[in-house]
Amino acid sequence: MPTVDLATTGLRELNEALHKLSEGTNETHWEILNPRGSHAVAVGVNAPAEIAVQGSVGYYCAGMNRQARITVRGSAGPGVAENMMSGEVIVKGDASQYAGATGKGGLLVIEGNASSRCGISMKGIDIVVKGNIGHMSAFMAQAGNLVVCGDAGASLGDSIYEARLFVRGSVKSLGADCIEKEMRPEHVELLAQLLARASITDVKAKDFKRYGSARKLYNFSVDHAGAYG
Amino acid sequence: MCGIVGLFIKDKALEPQLGQLLSVMLATMCDRGPDSAGFAIYGGGEAGLAKITVQSPDPAMFNGLDSALAGVLGAKVSMATKDTHAVLRLAEKLTDRAREVLRGQFPQLRVMGVGERIEIYKEVGYPTEVSERFGLPGMTGSHGIGHTRMATESAVTTMGAHPFSTGVDECLVHNGSLSNHNNLRRDLKREGRTFETENDTEVAAAYLTAQMDRGLSLGDALEKSLDDLDGFYTFVVGTRDGFGVLRDRIACKPAVLAETDRYVAFGSEYRALVGLPGIENAKVWEPEPATVYFWER
Repeated sequence: MPTVDLATTGLRELNEALHKLSEGTNETHWEILNPRGSHAVAVGVNAPAEIAVQGSVGYYCAGMNRQARITVRGSAGPGVAENMMSGEVIVKGDASQYAGATGKGGLLVIEGNASSRCGISMKGIDIVVKGNIGHMSAFMAQAGNLVVCGDAGASLGDSIYEARLFVRGSVKSLGADCIEKEMRPEHVELLAQLLARASITDVKAKDFKRYGSARKLYNFSVDHAGAYG
Repeated sequence: MCGIVGLFIKDKALEPQLGQLLSVMLATMCDRGPDSAGFAIYGGGEAGLAKITVQSPDPAMFNGLDSALAGVLGAKVSMATKDTHAVLRLAEKLTDRAREVLRGQFPQLRVMGVGERIEIYKEVGYPTEVSERFGLPGMTGSHGIGHTRMATESAVTTMGAHPFSTGVDECLVHNGSLSNHNNLRRDLKREGRTFETENDTEVAAAYLTAQMDRGLSLGDALEKSLDDLDGFYTFVVGTRDGFGVLRDRIACKPAVLAETDRYVAFGSEYRALVGLPGIENAKVWEPEPATVYFWER
Protein backbone atom coordinates (compact mmCIF):
# COMPACT_ATOMS: atom_id res chain seq x y z
CA MET A 1 0.00 0.00 0.00
CA PRO A 2 1.73 3.21 -1.10
CA THR A 3 1.85 5.86 1.60
CA VAL A 4 2.62 9.42 0.55
CA ASP A 5 3.55 11.95 3.20
CA LEU A 6 2.86 15.45 1.89
CA ALA A 7 5.19 16.83 4.57
CA THR A 8 8.06 15.35 2.56
CA THR A 9 6.61 14.71 -0.91
CA GLY A 10 5.46 17.41 -3.29
CA LEU A 11 1.86 17.59 -4.43
CA ARG A 12 2.83 17.30 -8.09
CA GLU A 13 4.74 14.11 -7.39
CA LEU A 14 1.71 12.63 -5.62
CA ASN A 15 -0.73 13.54 -8.36
CA GLU A 16 1.62 12.30 -11.11
CA ALA A 17 1.90 8.94 -9.35
CA LEU A 18 -1.88 8.74 -9.06
CA HIS A 19 -2.32 9.69 -12.72
CA LYS A 20 -0.04 6.83 -13.75
CA LEU A 21 -2.40 4.28 -12.23
CA SER A 22 -4.30 2.35 -14.82
CA GLU A 23 -7.03 -0.26 -15.04
CA GLY A 24 -5.91 -3.47 -13.35
CA THR A 25 -3.27 -1.78 -11.18
CA ASN A 26 -2.17 -3.63 -8.06
CA GLU A 27 -1.59 -0.43 -6.14
CA THR A 28 -5.21 -0.04 -5.23
CA HIS A 29 -4.85 1.30 -1.68
CA TRP A 30 -3.21 4.67 -1.11
CA GLU A 31 -2.75 6.63 2.04
CA ILE A 32 -1.95 10.34 1.99
CA LEU A 33 -0.56 11.85 5.18
CA ASN A 34 -0.22 15.46 6.38
CA PRO A 35 -2.37 17.21 3.76
CA ARG A 36 -2.53 20.27 6.09
CA GLY A 37 -5.05 22.05 3.92
CA SER A 38 -3.15 21.55 0.62
CA HIS A 39 -4.91 22.34 -2.62
CA ALA A 40 -5.70 19.93 -5.47
CA VAL A 41 -4.96 16.72 -3.55
CA ALA A 42 -5.76 13.64 -5.67
CA VAL A 43 -7.17 15.60 -8.57
CA GLY A 44 -7.75 13.88 -11.91
CA VAL A 45 -7.44 10.27 -10.76
CA ASN A 46 -8.71 7.80 -13.36
CA ALA A 47 -8.34 4.33 -11.84
CA PRO A 48 -10.31 2.12 -9.44
CA ALA A 49 -8.11 2.90 -6.43
CA GLU A 50 -9.01 3.47 -2.78
CA ILE A 51 -7.37 6.67 -1.57
CA ALA A 52 -7.51 7.77 2.06
CA VAL A 53 -6.45 11.32 2.89
CA GLN A 54 -5.60 11.58 6.59
CA GLY A 55 -6.53 15.14 7.45
CA SER A 56 -8.14 18.28 6.06
CA VAL A 57 -7.62 19.47 2.51
CA GLY A 58 -7.86 22.84 0.74
CA TYR A 59 -9.32 23.74 -2.65
CA TYR A 60 -10.45 21.24 -5.30
CA CYS A 61 -9.64 17.92 -3.65
CA ALA A 62 -10.64 14.94 -5.80
CA GLY A 63 -11.66 17.17 -8.69
CA MET A 64 -12.48 15.45 -12.00
CA ASN A 65 -12.38 12.08 -10.26
CA ARG A 66 -13.08 8.95 -12.31
CA GLN A 67 -13.47 5.50 -10.76
CA ALA A 68 -11.49 6.13 -7.57
CA ARG A 69 -12.93 6.01 -4.07
CA ILE A 70 -11.39 8.92 -2.21
CA THR A 71 -11.99 9.43 1.52
CA VAL A 72 -11.03 12.67 3.26
CA ARG A 73 -10.61 12.06 6.99
CA GLY A 74 -11.05 15.72 7.82
CA SER A 75 -12.77 18.68 6.20
CA ALA A 76 -12.53 19.86 2.60
CA GLY A 77 -12.04 23.35 1.21
CA PRO A 78 -13.91 24.87 -1.73
CA GLY A 79 -14.73 22.76 -4.79
CA VAL A 80 -14.32 19.24 -3.44
CA ALA A 81 -15.07 16.65 -6.15
CA GLU A 82 -15.67 19.42 -8.64
CA ASN A 83 -16.62 17.99 -12.02
CA MET A 84 -16.49 14.39 -10.78
CA MET A 85 -17.23 11.88 -13.55
CA SER A 86 -17.57 8.62 -11.61
CA GLY A 87 -16.34 6.90 -8.46
CA GLU A 88 -16.95 8.05 -4.92
CA VAL A 89 -15.71 10.86 -2.70
CA ILE A 90 -16.42 10.77 1.03
CA VAL A 91 -15.70 13.75 3.29
CA LYS A 92 -15.78 12.80 6.98
CA GLY A 93 -15.92 16.42 8.15
CA ASP A 94 -17.44 19.54 6.57
CA ALA A 95 -17.11 20.79 3.01
CA SER A 96 -16.69 24.40 1.99
CA GLN A 97 -18.47 26.13 -0.87
CA TYR A 98 -19.43 24.59 -4.24
CA ALA A 99 -18.92 20.96 -3.24
CA GLY A 100 -19.58 18.69 -6.21
CA ALA A 101 -19.95 21.62 -8.60
CA THR A 102 -20.68 20.63 -12.22
CA GLY A 103 -20.26 16.93 -11.35
CA LYS A 104 -21.34 14.56 -14.11
CA GLY A 105 -21.41 11.27 -12.21
CA GLY A 106 -20.34 9.31 -9.16
CA LEU A 107 -21.30 9.80 -5.53
CA LEU A 108 -20.17 12.56 -3.17
CA VAL A 109 -20.93 11.99 0.52
CA ILE A 110 -20.38 14.77 3.03
CA GLU A 111 -20.78 13.50 6.57
CA GLY A 112 -20.72 16.97 8.14
CA ASN A 113 -22.20 20.17 6.70
CA ALA A 114 -21.65 21.66 3.27
CA SER A 115 -21.59 25.43 2.87
CA SER A 116 -22.92 27.60 0.06
CA ARG A 117 -23.47 26.58 -3.55
CA CYS A 118 -23.34 22.84 -2.91
CA GLY A 119 -24.05 21.03 -6.20
CA ILE A 120 -24.06 24.20 -8.27
CA SER A 121 -24.61 23.32 -11.92
CA MET A 122 -24.58 19.58 -11.13
CA LYS A 123 -24.96 17.48 -14.25
CA GLY A 124 -25.62 13.95 -13.06
CA ILE A 125 -23.64 13.52 -9.84
CA ASP A 126 -25.33 12.23 -6.70
CA ILE A 127 -24.57 14.24 -3.57
CA VAL A 128 -25.57 13.13 -0.07
CA VAL A 129 -25.03 15.53 2.83
CA LYS A 130 -25.62 14.24 6.37
CA GLY A 131 -25.78 17.75 7.85
CA ASN A 132 -26.95 21.08 6.44
CA ILE A 133 -26.16 22.92 3.23
CA GLY A 134 -25.68 26.65 2.66
CA HIS A 135 -27.34 29.20 0.42
CA MET A 136 -27.67 29.03 -3.38
CA SER A 137 -27.21 25.26 -3.42
CA ALA A 138 -28.11 23.39 -6.63
CA PHE A 139 -28.11 26.68 -8.54
CA MET A 140 -28.80 25.83 -12.20
CA ALA A 141 -28.61 22.14 -11.34
CA GLN A 142 -29.19 20.13 -14.49
CA ALA A 143 -29.27 16.45 -13.52
CA GLY A 144 -28.51 14.12 -10.64
CA ASN A 145 -29.70 13.97 -7.05
CA LEU A 146 -28.91 16.16 -4.06
CA VAL A 147 -29.89 14.65 -0.71
CA VAL A 148 -29.77 16.77 2.45
CA CYS A 149 -30.47 15.09 5.78
CA GLY A 150 -30.42 18.44 7.62
CA ASP A 151 -31.58 21.90 6.54
CA ALA A 152 -31.02 23.85 3.32
CA GLY A 153 -30.06 27.55 3.18
CA ALA A 154 -31.66 30.34 1.17
CA SER A 155 -32.48 30.17 -2.54
CA LEU A 156 -32.32 26.41 -2.92
CA GLY A 157 -32.41 25.25 -6.53
CA ASP A 158 -32.48 28.67 -8.15
CA SER A 159 -33.01 28.34 -11.92
CA ILE A 160 -32.92 24.57 -11.62
CA TYR A 161 -33.34 22.28 -14.64
CA GLU A 162 -33.92 18.55 -14.07
CA ALA A 163 -31.97 17.64 -10.92
CA ARG A 164 -33.90 16.18 -7.97
CA LEU A 165 -33.47 17.74 -4.55
CA PHE A 166 -34.43 15.87 -1.37
CA VAL A 167 -34.35 17.75 1.93
CA ARG A 168 -35.30 16.24 5.30
CA GLY A 169 -35.19 19.43 7.37
CA SER A 170 -36.24 22.99 6.67
CA VAL A 171 -35.55 25.01 3.54
CA LYS A 172 -34.89 28.66 4.26
CA SER A 173 -36.22 29.70 0.85
CA LEU A 174 -36.59 28.31 -2.64
CA GLY A 175 -34.86 29.99 -5.57
CA ALA A 176 -36.54 31.14 -8.76
CA ASP A 177 -38.47 28.37 -10.54
CA CYS A 178 -37.83 25.80 -7.79
CA ILE A 179 -40.91 24.23 -6.21
CA GLU A 180 -41.83 21.45 -3.83
CA LYS A 181 -42.98 18.34 -5.66
CA GLU A 182 -44.85 15.23 -4.73
CA MET A 183 -42.79 12.43 -3.20
CA ARG A 184 -43.99 9.43 -5.22
CA PRO A 185 -43.08 5.80 -4.44
CA GLU A 186 -40.31 5.79 -7.08
CA HIS A 187 -38.71 8.79 -5.37
CA VAL A 188 -38.83 7.11 -1.96
CA GLU A 189 -37.19 4.06 -3.51
CA LEU A 190 -34.49 6.11 -5.26
CA LEU A 191 -33.79 8.05 -2.10
CA ALA A 192 -33.58 4.87 0.00
CA GLN A 193 -30.96 3.56 -2.43
CA LEU A 194 -28.95 6.77 -2.25
CA LEU A 195 -29.02 6.76 1.56
CA ALA A 196 -27.92 3.13 1.57
CA ARG A 197 -25.05 3.88 -0.82
CA ALA A 198 -23.97 6.65 1.53
CA SER A 199 -24.18 4.19 4.47
CA ILE A 200 -26.81 6.32 6.20
CA THR A 201 -29.11 4.10 8.18
CA ASP A 202 -30.59 6.38 10.83
CA VAL A 203 -32.92 8.45 8.64
CA LYS A 204 -35.94 7.35 6.66
CA ALA A 205 -36.54 8.18 3.00
CA LYS A 206 -40.19 8.97 3.64
CA ASP A 207 -39.23 11.85 5.98
CA PHE A 208 -37.83 13.90 3.08
CA LYS A 209 -39.52 16.40 0.83
CA ARG A 210 -38.73 16.63 -2.85
CA TYR A 211 -38.00 19.83 -4.75
CA GLY A 212 -37.44 20.41 -8.43
CA SER A 213 -38.04 22.65 -11.39
CA ALA A 214 -41.37 24.30 -12.18
CA ARG A 215 -40.01 24.38 -15.75
CA LYS A 216 -41.13 27.94 -16.34
CA LEU A 217 -37.72 29.43 -17.07
CA TYR A 218 -36.52 27.05 -19.78
CA ASN A 219 -37.37 29.50 -22.52
CA PHE A 220 -37.64 33.17 -21.89
CA SER A 221 -41.16 34.49 -22.02
CA VAL A 222 -41.74 38.10 -21.17
CA ASP A 223 -44.78 37.01 -19.13
CA HIS A 224 -42.38 35.27 -16.73
CA ALA A 225 -39.96 38.17 -16.34
CA GLY A 226 -41.06 38.57 -12.71
CA ALA A 227 -40.00 34.99 -11.89
CA TYR A 228 -36.34 35.74 -12.66
CA GLY A 229 -36.08 38.14 -9.69
CA MET B 1 -7.72 37.46 -4.33
CA CYS B 2 -6.13 38.32 -0.99
CA GLY B 3 -5.25 36.46 2.16
CA ILE B 4 -6.28 37.28 5.69
CA VAL B 5 -5.05 35.84 8.97
CA GLY B 6 -6.03 36.83 12.47
CA LEU B 7 -5.30 35.60 15.96
CA PHE B 8 -7.13 36.67 19.10
CA ILE B 9 -5.54 35.21 22.19
CA LYS B 10 -7.64 34.22 25.20
CA ASP B 11 -4.92 32.51 27.24
CA LYS B 12 -2.38 35.11 28.36
CA ALA B 13 0.36 32.46 28.36
CA LEU B 14 0.23 32.56 24.54
CA GLU B 15 0.70 36.34 24.28
CA PRO B 16 4.51 36.19 24.00
CA GLN B 17 4.05 33.99 20.91
CA LEU B 18 1.56 36.24 19.08
CA GLY B 19 4.02 37.53 16.49
CA GLN B 20 5.61 34.15 15.96
CA LEU B 21 2.26 32.41 15.40
CA LEU B 22 0.89 35.22 13.23
CA SER B 23 4.01 35.30 11.04
CA VAL B 24 3.69 31.56 10.34
CA MET B 25 0.02 32.09 9.48
CA LEU B 26 0.83 35.04 7.22
CA ALA B 27 3.52 33.06 5.38
CA THR B 28 0.97 30.43 4.33
CA MET B 29 -1.06 33.11 2.56
CA CYS B 30 1.76 34.46 0.34
CA ASP B 31 0.34 32.97 -2.84
CA ARG B 32 -3.07 34.57 -2.18
CA GLY B 33 -1.47 38.01 -2.07
CA PRO B 34 2.15 38.28 -3.18
CA ASP B 35 2.31 42.02 -3.95
CA SER B 36 2.14 43.58 -0.49
CA ALA B 37 1.45 42.72 3.10
CA GLY B 38 0.66 44.32 6.40
CA PHE B 39 -0.39 43.62 9.92
CA ALA B 40 -1.81 45.23 13.01
CA ILE B 41 -0.53 44.16 16.40
CA TYR B 42 -2.26 44.96 19.67
CA GLY B 43 0.67 45.00 22.04
CA GLY B 44 1.09 46.30 25.54
CA GLY B 45 -0.14 49.81 26.16
CA GLU B 46 0.54 52.21 28.99
CA ALA B 47 -2.34 54.05 30.59
CA GLY B 48 -2.40 57.68 29.51
CA LEU B 49 0.03 57.12 26.64
CA ALA B 50 -0.83 56.81 22.95
CA LYS B 51 1.10 55.31 20.07
CA ILE B 52 1.18 56.86 16.62
CA THR B 53 2.57 54.61 13.87
CA VAL B 54 4.05 56.67 11.02
CA GLN B 55 5.58 55.58 7.74
CA SER B 56 8.19 57.11 5.47
CA PRO B 57 9.72 55.60 2.32
CA ASP B 58 12.99 57.08 3.56
CA PRO B 59 13.67 56.04 7.17
CA ALA B 60 16.26 58.84 7.43
CA MET B 61 13.23 61.09 7.87
CA PHE B 62 12.86 59.63 11.36
CA ASN B 63 16.20 61.09 12.52
CA GLY B 64 15.39 63.62 15.20
CA LEU B 65 11.64 63.28 14.65
CA ASP B 66 10.97 62.50 18.32
CA SER B 67 12.92 65.49 19.66
CA ALA B 68 11.45 67.83 17.03
CA LEU B 69 7.93 66.73 17.92
CA ALA B 70 8.70 66.93 21.65
CA GLY B 71 10.00 70.48 21.13
CA VAL B 72 6.80 71.66 19.43
CA LEU B 73 4.50 69.87 21.89
CA GLY B 74 6.55 70.75 24.92
CA ALA B 75 6.16 67.19 26.15
CA LYS B 76 8.01 63.90 26.19
CA VAL B 77 7.95 61.85 22.98
CA SER B 78 9.71 58.52 22.58
CA MET B 79 10.21 56.69 19.31
CA ALA B 80 10.97 53.15 18.16
CA THR B 81 11.81 52.69 14.49
CA LYS B 82 11.31 49.53 12.48
CA ASP B 83 12.45 49.83 8.87
CA THR B 84 10.09 52.28 7.10
CA HIS B 85 7.85 52.66 10.16
CA ALA B 86 8.27 54.44 13.47
CA VAL B 87 6.09 54.24 16.54
CA LEU B 88 5.85 57.49 18.49
CA ARG B 89 4.72 57.34 22.12
CA LEU B 90 3.33 60.41 23.80
CA ALA B 91 0.66 61.53 26.23
CA GLU B 92 -2.74 60.47 24.98
CA LYS B 93 -4.23 63.93 25.38
CA LEU B 94 -1.64 65.29 22.93
CA THR B 95 -2.57 62.89 20.10
CA ASP B 96 -4.71 65.29 18.09
CA ARG B 97 -2.20 68.09 18.45
CA ALA B 98 0.63 65.74 17.44
CA ARG B 99 -1.24 64.66 14.31
CA GLU B 100 -1.75 68.32 13.42
CA VAL B 101 1.98 68.99 13.82
CA LEU B 102 2.86 65.92 11.78
CA ARG B 103 0.50 67.02 9.01
CA GLY B 104 1.82 70.56 9.02
CA GLN B 105 5.54 70.09 9.56
CA PHE B 106 6.20 66.55 8.36
CA PRO B 107 3.85 66.15 5.38
CA GLN B 108 6.01 63.37 3.94
CA LEU B 109 5.12 61.11 6.85
CA ARG B 110 1.99 59.03 6.63
CA VAL B 111 0.07 58.11 9.76
CA MET B 112 -0.79 54.39 9.71
CA GLY B 113 -2.66 54.13 12.97
CA VAL B 114 -3.21 55.69 16.36
CA GLY B 115 -4.17 54.17 19.67
CA GLU B 116 -3.18 53.02 23.10
CA ARG B 117 -2.30 49.54 21.88
CA ILE B 118 -2.40 49.29 18.08
CA GLU B 119 0.65 49.36 15.84
CA ILE B 120 0.15 49.03 12.07
CA TYR B 121 2.91 48.00 9.67
CA LYS B 122 2.47 47.56 5.92
CA GLU B 123 4.62 47.64 2.83
CA VAL B 124 4.86 46.59 -0.79
CA GLY B 125 6.76 43.32 -1.14
CA TYR B 126 6.48 39.58 -0.67
CA PRO B 127 4.66 38.92 2.62
CA THR B 128 7.42 36.90 4.30
CA GLU B 129 9.91 39.67 3.47
CA VAL B 130 7.57 42.34 4.81
CA SER B 131 7.08 40.32 7.97
CA GLU B 132 10.86 39.95 8.44
CA ARG B 133 11.57 43.63 7.73
CA PHE B 134 9.36 44.65 10.63
CA GLY B 135 10.33 41.77 12.89
CA LEU B 136 6.80 40.38 13.22
CA PRO B 137 7.95 37.04 14.72
CA GLY B 138 9.37 38.87 17.75
CA MET B 139 6.25 40.91 18.49
CA THR B 140 3.99 40.17 21.43
CA GLY B 141 0.45 41.11 22.26
CA SER B 142 -3.14 40.00 22.76
CA HIS B 143 -4.32 39.97 19.15
CA GLY B 144 -3.17 40.66 15.64
CA ILE B 145 -4.48 40.76 12.09
CA GLY B 146 -2.43 40.20 8.94
CA HIS B 147 -3.16 40.64 5.25
CA THR B 148 -1.51 39.61 2.01
CA ARG B 149 -2.65 41.63 -0.97
CA MET B 150 -3.25 40.82 -4.61
CA ALA B 151 -4.39 44.20 -5.90
CA THR B 152 -7.47 44.31 -8.09
CA GLU B 153 -9.07 47.69 -7.48
CA SER B 154 -6.17 50.10 -7.22
CA ALA B 155 -2.40 50.50 -7.45
CA VAL B 156 0.18 48.46 -5.58
CA THR B 157 1.43 51.02 -3.09
CA THR B 158 2.24 51.10 0.61
CA MET B 159 -0.91 53.04 1.36
CA GLY B 160 -2.98 50.62 -0.73
CA ALA B 161 -1.86 47.73 1.47
CA HIS B 162 -3.93 46.63 4.46
CA PRO B 163 -4.75 47.04 7.37
CA PHE B 164 -6.54 50.36 7.21
CA SER B 165 -7.13 52.34 10.36
CA THR B 166 -10.80 52.97 11.10
CA GLY B 167 -10.26 54.98 14.26
CA VAL B 168 -8.38 54.95 17.52
CA ASP B 169 -7.11 51.42 18.18
CA GLU B 170 -9.21 50.13 15.29
CA CYS B 171 -8.34 48.55 11.97
CA LEU B 172 -9.87 46.74 9.02
CA VAL B 173 -8.59 44.24 6.47
CA HIS B 174 -10.55 43.11 3.45
CA ASN B 175 -10.61 40.30 0.92
CA GLY B 176 -12.83 41.12 -2.01
CA SER B 177 -13.80 44.13 -4.04
CA LEU B 178 -16.43 46.79 -3.58
CA SER B 179 -18.35 48.04 -6.58
CA ASN B 180 -19.89 51.21 -5.15
CA HIS B 181 -16.76 52.65 -3.55
CA ASN B 182 -16.54 55.63 -5.88
CA ASN B 183 -20.03 56.80 -4.97
CA LEU B 184 -19.42 56.18 -1.30
CA ARG B 185 -16.10 58.03 -1.43
CA ARG B 186 -17.84 61.05 -2.97
CA ASP B 187 -20.45 61.02 -0.20
CA LEU B 188 -17.81 60.68 2.51
CA LYS B 189 -15.67 63.45 0.97
CA ARG B 190 -18.69 65.70 1.05
CA GLU B 191 -18.82 65.04 4.80
CA GLY B 192 -15.25 66.28 5.02
CA ARG B 193 -13.39 62.98 5.16
CA THR B 194 -10.06 62.73 3.38
CA PHE B 195 -8.62 59.84 1.39
CA GLU B 196 -5.06 58.87 0.59
CA THR B 197 -5.72 56.34 -2.19
CA GLU B 198 -8.21 55.17 -4.81
CA ASN B 199 -8.55 51.97 -2.82
CA ASP B 200 -11.97 50.43 -2.14
CA THR B 201 -11.02 49.17 1.31
CA GLU B 202 -10.00 52.63 2.43
CA VAL B 203 -13.58 53.65 1.62
CA ALA B 204 -14.95 50.78 3.70
CA ALA B 205 -12.70 51.85 6.59
CA ALA B 206 -13.82 55.48 6.29
CA TYR B 207 -17.44 54.33 6.06
CA LEU B 208 -17.15 52.40 9.32
CA THR B 209 -15.40 55.32 10.99
CA ALA B 210 -18.19 57.66 9.85
CA GLN B 211 -20.88 55.34 11.26
CA MET B 212 -19.06 55.07 14.57
CA ASP B 213 -18.59 58.86 14.72
CA ARG B 214 -22.39 59.05 14.50
CA GLY B 215 -22.60 56.92 17.62
CA LEU B 216 -22.97 53.40 16.26
CA SER B 217 -21.04 50.57 17.87
CA LEU B 218 -18.61 48.68 15.65
CA GLY B 219 -21.05 45.76 15.53
CA ASP B 220 -23.92 48.04 14.44
CA ALA B 221 -21.69 49.78 11.89
CA LEU B 222 -20.80 46.39 10.41
CA GLU B 223 -24.48 45.40 10.32
CA LYS B 224 -25.29 48.62 8.50
CA SER B 225 -22.51 48.02 5.99
CA LEU B 226 -24.43 44.96 4.74
CA ASP B 227 -26.98 47.36 3.23
CA ASP B 228 -24.63 50.14 2.16
CA LEU B 229 -21.60 48.35 0.75
CA ASP B 230 -22.11 46.69 -2.61
CA GLY B 231 -19.63 44.05 -3.62
CA PHE B 232 -17.69 41.13 -2.26
CA TYR B 233 -16.06 41.16 1.08
CA THR B 234 -14.76 39.20 3.95
CA PHE B 235 -13.77 41.74 6.61
CA VAL B 236 -11.70 41.16 9.71
CA VAL B 237 -11.65 44.02 12.20
CA GLY B 238 -9.62 44.71 15.29
CA THR B 239 -10.45 46.95 18.23
CA ARG B 240 -8.52 47.72 21.40
CA ASP B 241 -9.91 44.62 23.10
CA GLY B 242 -11.84 42.90 20.35
CA PHE B 243 -11.72 40.98 17.12
CA GLY B 244 -14.52 40.65 14.55
CA VAL B 245 -15.40 38.98 11.25
CA LEU B 246 -18.07 39.78 8.67
CA ARG B 247 -18.77 38.25 5.25
CA ASP B 248 -21.15 39.70 2.67
CA ARG B 249 -24.41 37.93 1.81
CA ILE B 250 -22.94 36.06 -1.15
CA ALA B 251 -19.95 34.90 0.90
CA CYS B 252 -17.79 33.79 -2.01
CA LYS B 253 -14.61 35.12 -0.41
CA PRO B 254 -13.27 32.28 1.70
CA ALA B 255 -13.12 32.29 5.49
CA VAL B 256 -12.36 29.73 8.16
CA LEU B 257 -12.60 30.28 11.91
CA ALA B 258 -11.10 28.14 14.65
CA GLU B 259 -11.66 28.41 18.37
CA THR B 260 -10.12 26.70 21.38
CA ASP B 261 -9.95 27.66 25.07
CA ARG B 262 -6.72 29.49 24.24
CA TYR B 263 -7.52 31.49 21.08
CA VAL B 264 -9.81 32.42 18.22
CA ALA B 265 -8.12 32.28 14.83
CA PHE B 266 -9.15 33.36 11.36
CA GLY B 267 -7.70 32.21 8.05
CA SER B 268 -8.75 32.71 4.45
CA GLU B 269 -7.97 29.03 4.20
CA TYR B 270 -7.48 26.18 6.64
CA ARG B 271 -3.80 26.08 5.58
CA ALA B 272 -3.28 29.27 7.60
CA LEU B 273 -4.38 27.55 10.80
CA VAL B 274 -2.46 24.27 10.70
CA GLY B 275 0.53 25.58 12.68
CA LEU B 276 -1.54 26.68 15.67
CA PRO B 277 -1.23 24.77 18.94
CA GLY B 278 -4.08 22.31 19.47
CA ILE B 279 -5.68 22.97 16.08
CA GLU B 280 -6.44 19.23 15.76
CA ASN B 281 -9.01 19.55 18.52
CA ALA B 282 -10.20 23.08 17.81
CA LYS B 283 -13.75 23.89 16.76
CA VAL B 284 -13.26 24.78 13.09
CA TRP B 285 -16.08 26.26 11.01
CA GLU B 286 -16.92 28.52 8.11
CA PRO B 287 -18.49 31.81 9.24
CA GLU B 288 -22.04 32.32 8.00
CA PRO B 289 -22.79 35.01 5.43
CA ALA B 290 -24.12 38.39 6.63
CA THR B 291 -23.39 37.50 10.25
CA VAL B 292 -21.25 39.63 12.55
CA TYR B 293 -18.86 37.59 14.71
CA PHE B 294 -17.14 39.43 17.52
CA TRP B 295 -14.96 38.44 20.45
CA GLU B 296 -13.93 40.76 23.24
CA ARG B 297 -11.82 40.37 26.35
